[in-house]
Amino acid sequence: MSTEARAVHFPAADWDGGVHPYRVGHRKLGMWLFIVSDSLTFTALLIGYSYLRASNVWPTPFPFYPSIVFSSIMTFCLLSSSLTMVFGVSASSKGDKAGARKWILATMFFGAAFVVLHLIEWSHLYHEGLRPFSLPAHWVSTFTTTDGQLPSPLFGATFYTITGLHMFHVTTGIIYLGVIAARVRKSSHEDIEISGLYWHFVDLVWMFVFPLIYIMSVDVGGHLAK
Amino acid sequence: MSAHAEEHFAGSNKLFTSIWFWLVLLTLIEIFLAYKPMSIHLMLTILLGLSIIKAALIVAYFMHLKFERLSLILTIVPMLVVCICLMFVVFPDSFRSLGLRYQFKETPAVAPVPEEEH
Repeated sequence: MSTEARAVHFPAADWDGGVHPYRVGHRKLGMWLFIVSDSLTFTALLIGYSYLRASNVWPTPFPFYPSIVFSSIMTFCLLSSSLTMVFGVSASSKGDKAGARKWILATMFFGAAFVVLHLIEWSHLYHEGLRPFSLPAHWVSTFTTTDGQLPSPLFGATFYTITGLHMFHVTTGIIYLGVIAARVRKSSHEDIEISGLYWHFVDLVWMFVFPLIYIMSVDVGGHLAK
Repeated sequence: MSAHAEEHFAGSNKLFTSIWFWLVLLTLIEIFLAYKPMSIHLMLTILLGLSIIKAALIVAYFMHLKFERLSLILTIVPMLVVCICLMFVVFPDSFRSLGLRYQFKETPAVAPVPEEEH
């Protein structure tokens, strides 16, 4: 059998070179690798936060309103933005670029709502007196233990760093989607799918930030209100 | 629309909407749990369990990894899980240092009270 005939009847195996073993383009693979590395960045921050929390007296200051109400609506916005994004990618796969643009714009709207609500939430805490390396005076008096152990002043540092880095990702995601929406006719389906991967990753990170930072810091007994 | 304009993208909008519904439901359960009295270890275990389920749903369906080749999944997921698990090695030290924590005698750093609260 000639070499040409062998090539026809016995195509190269996935790992023999000359083919895409993952069956994805190099840009999509690049985005996956970026997502893996960014996952480790957020994991390191959340592990650092958990380390500090486990080794210190940690305040649990978040009231139902505004903190939990705002963060819950923010979670709803991000989850809904992921749904509209996947609708956009689905429309793009059918060649419906106008539909894809419409859903991407809806995604940007939910993302912008998330950022605005988050900034309002930050403003509440800042005006209450929370700074990166110090707590409001009434938090210190409320959460000091009966044996005199003071709450960690690093609450603000971990809160502003982790939620701030996440908010930065959301903001860059909105800009990224804006560029894709503006160039949707020139963009390939893969371009739109890759932007969707980034956006869903931002949503995924919040699925860990929300319970660890917000839910675990709920002022259940209403100690600050007393 | 040419035949080449269509790309394969598995999953229907109905499927994606049902995934979104489950994600919202799991989030509501998390919020509900926040106000149920229980030990912090139990709450942390349940919350992280729910978060991992939510993350898996997002990665599998929204990020479409379920429909990608197994070789891509095996390249990305196991090493990420192993790296994340390795980071947990610090926690015995955090539990130890809670008992060794410096007992403050002086007043800690406190932010000035905002003027509008006077």
